[in-house]
Amino acid sequence: MSKKKEIIINVALIGGLLLILFILERFLPATSMLFTVLKKGAIYALVAVSMNLLNGFTGLFSLGQAGFMLVGAYTYGVLTIPVAERANVYMYFDGGLIQFALHPIIAIILAGALAGVFAYLIGLPVLRLKSDYLAIATLGFAEIIRAIFQWDKLGPITNGSNLLRSYPSYKSVLFYFVASGICIALIVMMINSTYGRAFKAIRDDEVAAEAMGINLAHHKRIAFVVSSFFAGVSGALLAMYQTSVQAAMFKSAMTYEILLIVVIGGIGSITGSCISAFLFIILSEWLLRFLDTDTYIGSFHVPLLRSGFRKVVFAVIIMIIVLFFRQGIMGTKEFSISGIYHKITGKKKKEVKGGGADE
Amino acid sequence: MSENVLKIDHVTMQFGGVVAVDDLNLEVNRGEIVSLIGPNGAGKTTAFNVVTAVYPPTNGAVYFEGKRVVENHPRGKMKKLYNGGHADEYMKTIQPTPDKITKLGIARTFQNIRLFKSQTVFDNILIAEHMRRTSNLFTATLHLNGSEEAAMRKEADRLLHILELDDVRDELATSLPYGKQRRVEIARALATKPSLLLLDEPAAGMNPQETVELTSFIGRIRDDFHLTIFMIEHHMDLVMEISDRIYVLDFGKLISHGTPDVVQNDPKVISAYLGVQEDE
Repeated sequence: MSKKKEIIINVALIGGLLLILFILERFLPATSMLFTVLKKGAIYALVAVSMNLLNGFTGLFSLGQAGFMLVGAYTYGVLTIPVAERANVYMYFDGGLIQFALHPIIAIILAGALAGVFAYLIGLPVLRLKSDYLAIATLGFAEIIRAIFQWDKLGPITNGSNLLRSYPSYKSVLFYFVASGICIALIVMMINSTYGRAFKAIRDDEVAAEAMGINLAHHKRIAFVVSSFFAGVSGALLAMYQTSVQAAMFKSAMTYEILLIVVIGGIGSITGSCISAFLFIILSEWLLRFLDTDTYIGSFHVPLLRSGFRKVVFAVIIMIIVLFFRQGIMGTKEFSISGIYHKITGKKKKEVKGGGADE
Repeated sequence: MSENVLKIDHVTMQFGGVVAVDDLNLEVNRGEIVSLIGPNGAGKTTAFNVVTAVYPPTNGAVYFEGKRVVENHPRGKMKKLYNGGHADEYMKTIQPTPDKITKLGIARTFQNIRLFKSQTVFDNILIAEHMRRTSNLFTATLHLNGSEEAAMRKEADRLLHILELDDVRDELATSLPYGKQRRVEIARALATKPSLLLLDEPAAGMNPQETVELTSFIGRIRDDFHLTIFMIEHHMDLVMEISDRIYVLDFGKLISHGTPDVVQNDPKVISAYLGVQEDE
């Protein structure tokens, strides 16, 4: 199959997907669970891919994703609340300091940019660390960010520990798919560029990468800032989806959820992260909801099913994956149309054994 | 032909109280193949790591093509611990990162092969082109550097062709037989376009047949790529056949140097390798 044909098929598939979503939105009620799941899935897919860029492609085990999402979510909320609503939202802080509102798209980009700035500053000391130490340090900084955003003295800007709300948001599921799709496409393009090759070299062997003329500090910083930029964007999208935002929700548990998605999808696989993000959200928000509610069959009270049991099931799933499916769904391979085509037709593709992130 | 490419000047490398390299002076001239030999733990690889800026030396300097590229003197707690000579001759501190050394034109291979294990032979070699990029993050991400990218790939393919690695181009680098992996690692070092190539035990773990092939391979790349080669090696056949000059290290100290004939017959070298007989 030629490259051109492949691109046409991929574009047609994406177009078809968007068209189906568009039609579904005409016919299903806007409150349908399907849309909730798809929106959240798209957002989590983006943040999972951004985390995969660090953990899977650059070999930096960072757990700061929730912190950068918080920065993004707050930047979006703070900058877009309409001036008329500010007195209401910032009721404990005399209407707050900021008295203007930006267009949502500009605010989303600024949300990413501010998360990137935070990442740059945090990266200066933290990126000297390796493996587990880096994970602990980034986790710590994420919690510090959360604490700072809840700080009462910053209330005129962040509204302290109160909710941010009343900001504009797009309701259509199409918006989330397009925004998240563009961002993921940018990340994929970067991974396929010469910088992506440098990242993978660093992941495989830092000492050899340095001997090949790759400046370690510089490239790690790029990966960290870019990953955080997209985490910030996804934070902004999450704020939009939830219509209200509070720092308390961006706990480290959120980072673990994202890490779980990345591990299930396969560390080092973009499509794996996307697939498992939707899978995870569909399961946890929809299909496995029944685990959290008391259930009676006739007069029989089903044991174990009560609030919080879902988490137990997820813990078991994680253990099963870590023990038996260490590669996740996709391993380091990518899901592609040509791959399926070759499988179906039985033609042998001249394939790289193991494979990098070749599309 | 006697122009200095590499000059190691009074380099001492001390890890705490342990002296790994003691006052090493060494010169490599353009076009030469110079070998550094010595028993295990003599400090050979440490000397390499000082040249490639993996470790800053405790005291001393390294010159490359007449320019001082690495220099250090005992500082902090090393001031008290330092027990070598020439302590006050070096006052400046020049500590580049290893990638800067590579960019200057010193490439190296490693004692235990360090190929990028998840990538193909071609991708391993292509990575060397990254340091000569003119595109920035944005133009590269948006794929606006098409011509540069094409040139990079062409250059990597050209190198594979010259080194007769075409047939394994798309193989996973670590799936190759050992001798081939060595060759790929050398090819990868050559892809950075060095003028000085450091080989750390290129024949380690090779059978005699592979060693013979490697010997001619090293000679060939020296001529084809106008290289100066500085290597560490244990296979004496290879060392004696190919080297223009040999330096011998023992316990971090230089004990002998000269042409293969001179070194082979130096009693100090023989005693370092075989031990001293007490009744003599």
